[in-house]
Amino acid sequence: MTYTPELLELIKVVEATRPQRLGQTFPPMPLEERQELLQKFHPDYIESGMREIRIGSYKGKRMPKELADVVEGRPHVDPNFDLSNPEFETDVLVIGGGGAGASAALLAQEHGAKVTLVTKLRFGDANTMMAQGGIQAADRPEDSPALHYLDVIGGGHFTNFPDLVEALVKDAPIVIAWLESLGVMFDKTPDGVMMEEHGGGTSIKRMHSARDYTGAEIMRVLRDEVRNRPNIDVIEFCPAVELVLDDKGAVCGAILMNFETERYFYAKAKVVVLATGGSGRLHYQGFPTTNHYGATGDGIVLAYRAGAELVFLDTMQYHPTGAAYPEQILGQLVTEKVRGLGAQPVNVKGEQFVYPLEPRDVESAAFIRECKERNLGVITPSGQPAVWLDTPMIDLIHGPGTIEKALPAMVRQFRRFNIDMVRQPILVYPTLHYQNGGVKIDADCRTTVPGLLVAGETSGGVHGRNRLMGNSLLDVCVFGRRAGITAAALAKERQPGKPTLAHLESWNRALDEIGLNGAVRSPILIPNYARKG
Amino acid sequence: MAERNDLVPIYIMGKRYDVPSSLTIMKAMEYAGYTLIRGVGCRSGFCGACSTVYRIKDDPKLYFGLACQTVVKPHMYLGQIPFFPAKRATYDIAQLQAQASTLFQLYPEILRCLGCGTCTKACPQQLNVKGYMAAAMRGDIAAVANLSFDCIMCGLCAARCPAEEPQYNIAILARRLYGRYLSPRSDHLHKRVEEIQQGVFDQSIAELKAMDVNELKERYKARQIEA
Repeated sequence: MTYTPELLELIKVVEATRPQRLGQTFPPMPLEERQELLQKFHPDYIESGMREIRIGSYKGKRMPKELADVVEGRPHVDPNFDLSNPEFETDVLVIGGGGAGASAALLAQEHGAKVTLVTKLRFGDANTMMAQGGIQAADRPEDSPALHYLDVIGGGHFTNFPDLVEALVKDAPIVIAWLESLGVMFDKTPDGVMMEEHGGGTSIKRMHSARDYTGAEIMRVLRDEVRNRPNIDVIEFCPAVELVLDDKGAVCGAILMNFETERYFYAKAKVVVLATGGSGRLHYQGFPTTNHYGATGDGIVLAYRAGAELVFLDTMQYHPTGAAYPEQILGQLVTEKVRGLGAQPVNVKGEQFVYPLEPRDVESAAFIRECKERNLGVITPSGQPAVWLDTPMIDLIHGPGTIEKALPAMVRQFRRFNIDMVRQPILVYPTLHYQNGGVKIDADCRTTVPGLLVAGETSGGVHGRNRLMGNSLLDVCVFGRRAGITAAALAKERQPGKPTLAHLESWNRALDEIGLNGAVRSPILIPNYARKG
Repeated sequence: MAERNDLVPIYIMGKRYDVPSSLTIMKAMEYAGYTLIRGVGCRSGFCGACSTVYRIKDDPKLYFGLACQTVVKPHMYLGQIPFFPAKRATYDIAQLQAQASTLFQLYPEILRCLGCGTCTKACPQQLNVKGYMAAAMRGDIAAVANLSFDCIMCGLCAARCPAEEPQYNIAILARRLYGRYLSPRSDHLHKRVEEIQQGVFDQSIAELKAMDVNELKERYKARQIEA
């Protein structure tokens, strides 16, 4: 599984241009050119990959076909499912065991609520665990939350919801201090200065890291802390398949499923926090994904059927550097920190063709253009187009040993397949990474449905049409915490009425009216990878 | 389906399946028709859900790996370890002290470690588990934190340990103690938190929020990019 002789020959081309490239970086793209590049090459603009939604408040708006299919799916349970005997009652039901769900559980508990966290797979099996490169926060004296605001909103093409961006950037240093107080080990100099790097689209270095296990470090600490707290119950292998509304239209719990016995039951709650993450496992337009196994858009499906408004679901993030070789790790994440530390993307001729740290959508579109239009990509033995990411530059810039120390997960990942990224460049191509849009929320994580809060990747608005690196780990902590605080306050004042699934009756009717009675049952919970026959 | 000539035999919990030789163990199980719920997570080597023990025909050695990161070999006998009931102490991190006695009180079994190194052999991350357990016995929290940092908490170390140590749970306690109490204090961070709480940046952000898009774009273009 090492490089083929053909690829080894091509590496010599990259090595030949390296000395001359070391001192010079391809210039950033002018703002005016970004839009044209995106429209020509970004998957969001491929019309055949999209379709309009035919029912509900998002009717007439576009989203990827694969997402539309599950959004317009049939419920797991019948509208007359027996709700008279809840399996349990809690103040705050948190659905989702990633960074947002864990943060929400902790803050809700601190603010006096009894919390139950349910999760489809294991607690912590989430995209948070897989985020490698870092978390942004403007905490250096020369930086400011206002600069962070400007970077975020420019990266999102000025479409982001300002109140959400304000919350994100102002809470950011508070979140870093909170995580550290829980025991997260950030990379620091011996005198306590946080080691901070650039990410794509940042104007100043503000990317905090924990080697390249940043998300894993945050997730395992949050998980450990949740398990230490009294008044938080955690139930694993228990996905939610429907939200339950009361007779006043407010959320009052959820239908859960024991994933192993497939028994459905009702969990009653005063408030529900939906934090089920994204949808990369729907493989839009056939793209491979960096996402964990359970990222199937469940939260969008549940919230939409309960009447919540959606935003920006026509835009998905393709991470520029998914592994393109070897085939076994196709689409897995190569952290942006690799470029943050100085590795340049280069084409088959060993030339730079794009500024290494454009916002992700722009960078990805430039990679696709290099391969598809200019034919200057590398084709792997399996036929996958790719560009080089010149990783050996990192040690040349920062000194020997930097790659091993700063990127141990990446080095391990490639070494498992006999590729040494310390000495050899690696092959990358865009991979489906993040759901930019989602359920519309306000800065306290409230949705348009009373009693329903949403946090993290399931929500939409904070990143507008494109998220910057390091703002997702930040998002899950900032809005997870805010959801927890809001949930605890709401739980004190809310008395749910009679539970019903009447919204499913009208949903099923609407499906029948458009002839969708053969629709897929959703949420689909896991992708269908088992080969049959 | 056309005949393939790249198939190799593997044994999933004792039953034979012929699978393409290029697949990872996880994809081979799916090729064999399994729909996975347990023993699958991030599929990228970060979450520790897919711990696998295997043996190869005629080879007495046990091997360990992550199903999502290990390519199948002919005549591989596979056993998944999706869950292991290791002991985990419950504590309030804010009430602890970063000293050796904390480790020993919460995990007295640390001192029972035999130093045999079976844990190190079982680690799919190739960590020096025996080394960090030795550091734990010395009460060296910083060393445990540092040596165990790349741990994905899959539990294979604990599953194999003859002294019944929950190594990975001891390690996260040490890391949390280090992160909260022993890592050098970041004064610039705490200063910034105070400034935010005092509202120092409220006005500058309010100004940006009030700008129309064209004005914002000009401000964005005028940013100085730090070298």
